[in-house]
Amino acid sequence: MPVLDFRQKLAILSDAAKYDASCASSGAAGRNSAKSKGIGSTEGSGICHAYAPDGRCISLLKILLTNFCVYDCVYCINRSSSNVSRARFSVEEVVALTMNFYRRNYIEGLFLSSGIIKSSDYTMEEMVRVARKLRLEENFSGYIHLKTIPDASPALLEEAGLFADRLSVNIEMPTDVTLSALAPEKDARDIRRSMGHLRAKIEEHRGEKRDRTKPRRFSAGGQSTQMIVGADQSSDDDVLTRSENLYGNYRLSRVYYSAFSPIPDSSSRLPLAKPPLMREHRLYQADWLMRFYGFQRAEIVSGGEGGMLDLAVDPKLAWALRNRASFPVDVNRADREMLLRVPGLGTRAVKRILSTRRHRTLRLDDVARLCQSIAKVRPFITALDWSPGGLTDCAGLRESFVPKAKRPASQLELF
Amino acid sequence: MFNARLAFPADFDGWREAARRALKGQIPPEALSFSVGEEAPGLFAEELLPPDPGAAQPTVPKAFPELARKLICHADPDRFDFAYRLLWRLQREKGLLEIASDQDILRAAEMEKAVRRDSHKMKAFVRFREIEDAEIGRHSVAWFEPFHHTVEYTAPFFARRFAGMVWTILTPERTAHWNGEELTFLPGATRDMAPADDDMEALWLTYYASIFNPARLKVKAMTAEMPKKYWANMPETALIKPLIAGAEAATRRMLETAPTLPTLRDERLKERRAMKATSMPAAPGFAEDAAPQSVAEARERAADCRACPLWEPATQTVFGKGPDDAPVIFVGEQPGDQEDIAGEPFVGPAGKVFDQALAAAGIDRSQAYVTNAVKHFKFEPRGKRRIHAKPNTGEIRICRWWLDQERALIAPKLIVALGATAAQAVLGKSVTIKATRSKLIDLDDRTQLLVTVHPSYILRLPDQAAKDRETQAFQADMALVLETVPELAVG
Repeated sequence: MPVLDFRQKLAILSDAAKYDASCASSGAAGRNSAKSKGIGSTEGSGICHAYAPDGRCISLLKILLTNFCVYDCVYCINRSSSNVSRARFSVEEVVALTMNFYRRNYIEGLFLSSGIIKSSDYTMEEMVRVARKLRLEENFSGYIHLKTIPDASPALLEEAGLFADRLSVNIEMPTDVTLSALAPEKDARDIRRSMGHLRAKIEEHRGEKRDRTKPRRFSAGGQSTQMIVGADQSSDDDVLTRSENLYGNYRLSRVYYSAFSPIPDSSSRLPLAKPPLMREHRLYQADWLMRFYGFQRAEIVSGGEGGMLDLAVDPKLAWALRNRASFPVDVNRADREMLLRVPGLGTRAVKRILSTRRHRTLRLDDVARLCQSIAKVRPFITALDWSPGGLTDCAGLRESFVPKAKRPASQLELF
Repeated sequence: MFNARLAFPADFDGWREAARRALKGQIPPEALSFSVGEEAPGLFAEELLPPDPGAAQPTVPKAFPELARKLICHADPDRFDFAYRLLWRLQREKGLLEIASDQDILRAAEMEKAVRRDSHKMKAFVRFREIEDAEIGRHSVAWFEPFHHTVEYTAPFFARRFAGMVWTILTPERTAHWNGEELTFLPGATRDMAPADDDMEALWLTYYASIFNPARLKVKAMTAEMPKKYWANMPETALIKPLIAGAEAATRRMLETAPTLPTLRDERLKERRAMKATSMPAAPGFAEDAAPQSVAEARERAADCRACPLWEPATQTVFGKGPDDAPVIFVGEQPGDQEDIAGEPFVGPAGKVFDQALAAAGIDRSQAYVTNAVKHFKFEPRGKRRIHAKPNTGEIRICRWWLDQERALIAPKLIVALGATAAQAVLGKSVTIKATRSKLIDLDDRTQLLVTVHPSYILRLPDQAAKDRETQAFQADMALVLETVPELAVG
């Protein structure tokens, strides 16, 4: 095998890491280096230091310790049967690279993942060594996200949680059945148990409100996971059912949806198509509706064909169009819950409406100033000088919202 | 006409002092102007004098100073006058800040957002280059061009983050310098004063190119968050054009290339795994006729149980826990949220009530076997919570198979059914607590049954008096358990 130089290894090990969507650096406990005179800080909200032409933020140095892997997950670029180039970083190399990038303000920290080599514990131990070295030897206070290995020993997970701001285990597939079909070495039960274990640790270390001395934080940014969308036949309902279950069972901070993207040396068992980016986008919107807008999963997916979301209009608008009897909503009287259900009104606009109407009765113009696009809102509200009349129930309403160029909104197959 | 002279473009403290004086002097916005540095004020402008010490102290809403601090950072030349106009209006219209649709408030919100964004982008897009300085050693220097007067506002962030470095951020208007101890501000600089290169940039560009996924080209999403106006000082942006140009071809290549044959290494791995698999017995499931030979075997087999649909949304099977030869089996209803996570019965809130009652009666829990009628948690999802749902007769009946194995293998003297579901599972028919409670019922010539309430029943009682009464009754049942099986005593 040819000897790779450092730059080549970096190219291989970051290329291998890019299919993990998460790059968030948020949620960490506030911390800085003012006292320690070291390097690094986290101040709650994350920072994206650059954006790639795929529109994704580059916040963390997202790399694999190695892309050698004993697992053969069909959807994964690093599966053991693939012929991609392989490389491995030493613990010292990752630590030095992280510090060098951080000092130049390229990154918020490190997101370290790894292929499984030798054993789960061996691999996890190597990742924990990186985090330990960064914290204890380099005096590093920046963000660390570790991808944990489900069946690694609890003691290692415990140590990982004390050094890392976020831990995550990927659930990978919307159902256990497709997971075992596409990732024969992975066990959905192990993944769940591992998430449960992390939740228990995070809660144990959070302490009670009345505690005088708080325990040391464990993965303060919580835990997240990723689901690949479009590699199997699962519907959007399957995907959202899984998310709902994971949020409820393990109190995840985030579920990431990753449109299955063609990979080099792909398996013939996978779809040969461009990634379903619009579907991914709609799933994120639906996820937001469940978490911040008080929607139940069943409300979002009901009425969709084959459990799929409408690709042409966003899920909130789709819901409103199916439930026109609930509209129009009076912006001067409706409660927050109902205002949040009006298409075109986000949490910020609703907050501003509620604040303003304590002092003034709102006209349509006022609402227009408080939201992004009044055209979307207008058919669904009444204001002091506005009533939509027949517009709410008009037959062509949905069509008026579908962007002309987007029709038909199905994903284009390449072949 | 009055004029207030400010020291530098984002001199918030100067503005605040001037605004205070003007407000106390009842000077209306039309009669006040501001100038920065040596900039000439209007022809007939008078200087603001310190106010009469007896003048009433003006008040402002709590949120205003923070808002004004950001307004003063905006590039708008009218910002000082505008902020004073807003302050003037606030003296007369107390709730003004809450009227989001007001033109001035809208403008303020937009200006604030622009400043916050520019400051945030400065935190994100500053790129340090390192030089070795004979005097100070390693020195990190950046050249940055903000679009508002955000250097003073943002520099403390860099001081908190890079406390252990010596760094300088040069901008056309102001320079921020941190010597490792203290933050100072100096006049503006020019691009040629910053280092021209840094060794790390080649690696950073490698990373940028490799982390990009050509199959997901979304140029608009990129420019929305990383506007072109910032690109000039970010080395990686030189790659954007070639990456976009090559994206389509790169994707096509991935799709068109036929999958290669698995590697030799992979084949060896699979052989090794196959050998391991054949040398290990396959885990027998629930449906098999053969009864488990030990509690440990039953536990292992139950972990894979899919005999009813409850396994799917749950984390794991929560099997019984305790010695194989325990004289007593406590049977609950089903695991709850905490038990599902921990994989052990009675560790949540109901488990605490249970533990307290056992302790009060003098029973050592570790001598007993504790299990549930149904071994998966049944629940309804509600956002970040899971609401307990009662198992139905079918689920109880199916799961009874496992309870029967536990009973047969442990052969206890006494079974304690906690609640109606447990009693139903043990007896195979539904009974009421009222009719069966606190009596020793013979199950066969070896084992007796005692029925009592489930500890969560006590938890759910609304008033304290009822709680105390039921706690006592439950403890009395536990005392009866100890009387029947004295081996359970602590110590």
